[in-house]
Amino acid sequence: MEPMGTLHPSALSKKDLHWRILWDKEKCTLCGRCTAVCPVQAIELGVHRKRLVTVPLGIKDTPAAAFTVYHGIDQRTDAAFACVGCAMCSMVCPNDAILPVLNEDVDKQRFHINNGGIPRRRGGRRNSPGSLLDQIKFVRISMLTDPALDAGRHEFELRTLLGRILPPEEALAFSRDNGWIPPVREIYPLVIGSMSFGALSPTMWEGLQMGVAYLNEEMNMPVRMCTGEGGCPPRLLRSRFLKYVILQIASGYFGWDEIIRALPEMKEDPCAVEIKYGQGAKPGDGGLLMWYKVNNLIARVRGVPPGVSLPSPPTHQTKYSIEESVAKMIQSMYMAWGFRVPVYPKISGTSTALAVLNNLARNPIAAGLAIDGEDGGTGAAYNVSMDHMGHPIASNIRDAYLTLVTVGKQNEIPLFAGGGIGKNGNLAANAAALIMLGASGVQVGKYIMQAAAGCLGSEHDRCNICNIGQCPKGITSQDPRLYRRLDPEHVAQRLVDVYLSFDTELKKIVAPLGRSTSLPIGMSDALGIADRSAAERLQIKYVV
Amino acid sequence: MCRLFAITSQNPLSPMVALEALNVMKEGHDGSGVGLYLTDLAGDFEPYKELPTLSGIFSNAGMKKLDDYMLARGFRPKFERTIRPSKPAPAGTPRRDVYLVSVYDYPDEWKYLPRAEVRFRLMLTRVTLRQMGLEDGSMMVFSFWPDTIMIKEIGDPMEIADYLDLGDRNILARSMLAQGRQNTNYAITLYACHPFFVQGVATMTNGENTAFIPIREFLMSRRFPGYIGYQSDSEVFTHILHYTYYTLGMGLEAYKQIITPLRDDELAKHPETSRLRLLKHTCRPLTIDGPNCVMGFTPDRTMFIVQDSKKLRPGIIGGKPGLYAVSSELCGLDAAIPDRDRSKDFQPMKYDVAYVDNNRREIKTWNQWEPFTHPH
Repeated sequence: MEPMGTLHPSALSKKDLHWRILWDKEKCTLCGRCTAVCPVQAIELGVHRKRLVTVPLGIKDTPAAAFTVYHGIDQRTDAAFACVGCAMCSMVCPNDAILPVLNEDVDKQRFHINNGGIPRRRGGRRNSPGSLLDQIKFVRISMLTDPALDAGRHEFELRTLLGRILPPEEALAFSRDNGWIPPVREIYPLVIGSMSFGALSPTMWEGLQMGVAYLNEEMNMPVRMCTGEGGCPPRLLRSRFLKYVILQIASGYFGWDEIIRALPEMKEDPCAVEIKYGQGAKPGDGGLLMWYKVNNLIARVRGVPPGVSLPSPPTHQTKYSIEESVAKMIQSMYMAWGFRVPVYPKISGTSTALAVLNNLARNPIAAGLAIDGEDGGTGAAYNVSMDHMGHPIASNIRDAYLTLVTVGKQNEIPLFAGGGIGKNGNLAANAAALIMLGASGVQVGKYIMQAAAGCLGSEHDRCNICNIGQCPKGITSQDPRLYRRLDPEHVAQRLVDVYLSFDTELKKIVAPLGRSTSLPIGMSDALGIADRSAAERLQIKYVV
Repeated sequence: MCRLFAITSQNPLSPMVALEALNVMKEGHDGSGVGLYLTDLAGDFEPYKELPTLSGIFSNAGMKKLDDYMLARGFRPKFERTIRPSKPAPAGTPRRDVYLVSVYDYPDEWKYLPRAEVRFRLMLTRVTLRQMGLEDGSMMVFSFWPDTIMIKEIGDPMEIADYLDLGDRNILARSMLAQGRQNTNYAITLYACHPFFVQGVATMTNGENTAFIPIREFLMSRRFPGYIGYQSDSEVFTHILHYTYYTLGMGLEAYKQIITPLRDDELAKHPETSRLRLLKHTCRPLTIDGPNCVMGFTPDRTMFIVQDSKKLRPGIIGGKPGLYAVSSELCGLDAAIPDRDRSKDFQPMKYDVAYVDNNRREIKTWNQWEPFTHPH
């Protein structure tokens, strides 16, 4: 017998969804703001039919059923319209009538987000709340043998260096002979990691740039921000604020036409040039700006037609070997600014990082190495890349540092660590741990988005729709209706808040360790962890 | 905290002068050990100033091992003073067979070697003997260098001096470092006892160096065979000074600029900004993080004292023409040179270097805000 109807395999109930909308009919004013604000149309106006049975007293009248209708919210169960948990509905609701809640069960939605044969793509983070960096403690507290310092009143020198630093004897000889000495920048060790103009909205970018300028010019903190692969707005390229910017070049070379054209008109050199060979969120995969976000402005800055997706190749197509990448490309970029600007590569965390490092060590001008661990974030990537590809940053950076120690170049090639720093809010502690493992500084992106702009992403797959330009906070959207929600002045102010509080927390970490005259790079004797294997792997103390 | 006393004098002095100064400073210290560095020797060793002198502690088996090794390499014993203690050892002091100071003639084949190579080989010989001694505990070698004697032992300095009859022997010197404590912060080993010595550079330090590990890693990765040990975090101060002199070809002023560089905002106002910035950048892992007070002698016998940039350990220099001393406490200086002009005493602060060169005529001071006085 033929069935009367069928259930599509991807038909889901609300119980199967990752995020469920709880809605209170009694509180709802039917204002409609929640459905209007929802970035993914997960909720819609619901017209609900309700049967009301009335049972009269006595035997004269028989019970009757009356049908009424009430209006409210309906959550869609199509995986393509699944709630992302951003909770903008709660934010706009005047009566607290609506709230998304995380499904404690393993949802079934995840098995159906590949309809049409396209695997899930998203922005955001790895969705793994665990953090080894959070487990690291600072155990070498200065007691009677060397009194702890006063974090509030002592003078601290917490800057780091970006650039190729020569061995002392070589540098002195070059100096005597008026030889060329590679450019070195004195910068703050917390760098705003590469988030492109395009991945971020204009208001977010403007806010960050304003905040960076304020920190440099008013707070005497040499904070630097990397552009990511998306070029740089032409006015910024021609402004004196360019010196606070690290320009990134990546395999798509987006925006470099504009940068090269601006060269003769630049008032300042950029802080540095970062050559991106890989990123932690999608290692071995190229950058991706999906078509939703490629509007006219972004297209002009990047030198591409509007409305098309912009996938960068996984590798620089003109390079076929590590030697070529390191020697030729680094040298070319140095030449563009007359050897006045440090040039360094950024790679994904990988078990082959040491091979890259060894080649850099042989190159005389490579200005550092940035390694982006598996917890790095992105504006757009395949889910499988984000969740499963990559190398944890802690052991990668430790191995790299110890390799440099072995060859005596630990001061010559600064290492910068990225990926998951502050993922659970512990920005200063995570940064300090990486510095003591051997990093000269750290790069952060997601923390800045969360703290300076209110990004809603969490490690429980919340929001993560940066890729489609629907960011409900206007941080990663190119739609003026969305990005006008973000006031750049407020972003700038919050960025300053973040840096000032980070600075205080960093002092609160290094002062009890008795350190103030230099950043404690490689001070591994200060670190401990209650995990024997991790302690052995990182060559730090095992403490219980 | 260690008691530290350094003295440099036109006239030869007994090491007891320095040890008595330490004794005055005894209050507040634990008196757990003594370390002595003597140079510009007089008395019995005066005639042998040009020849390498070995100082160390040996078991009887170690003596045999030493003789075999040195003879095999062509070193001919020229003169030696052995101390075989006859008195009962003070409480806590291990019984040793021999405290040895032995002068050797250079091997014949070294005769035409360049001076730098001779110095390198002397250092290598000491390091090799030290390693050989570590295998079975039969030898502890503190120095092997012309015109240099080092004595180290566990115990109260005055008791050790009495035990070894240091006051009665004709071992005299014009320049001395004396330190009165074992490094009780770590396991007690004589190799952790200040002063430390490498190729004519000798220093001793008060305080704990919290940047020890990165500095040690940097020094060890220079691949210089003399940069070993590090049983004490203070040994790095000696090696940084050695690195400054021997590898960089610079002096005390550069040493100060390396271990406590000016802050970036201070550097911007300095007359030698670019040079100092280069030094700061390239020697970044050698930046110390005290509290530390470092005193010692350079290879040309300049006695110096410097502080770390936090200035949390005491140190004073004073004296009169022909006789100057550096002391971790004023009372030590008072005991050693009571008739000096106290108004000329100097307590270096965080930017200062104070030193007395080998003419011993005056205390010179130099401040990090000044340009280098010597071209480098």
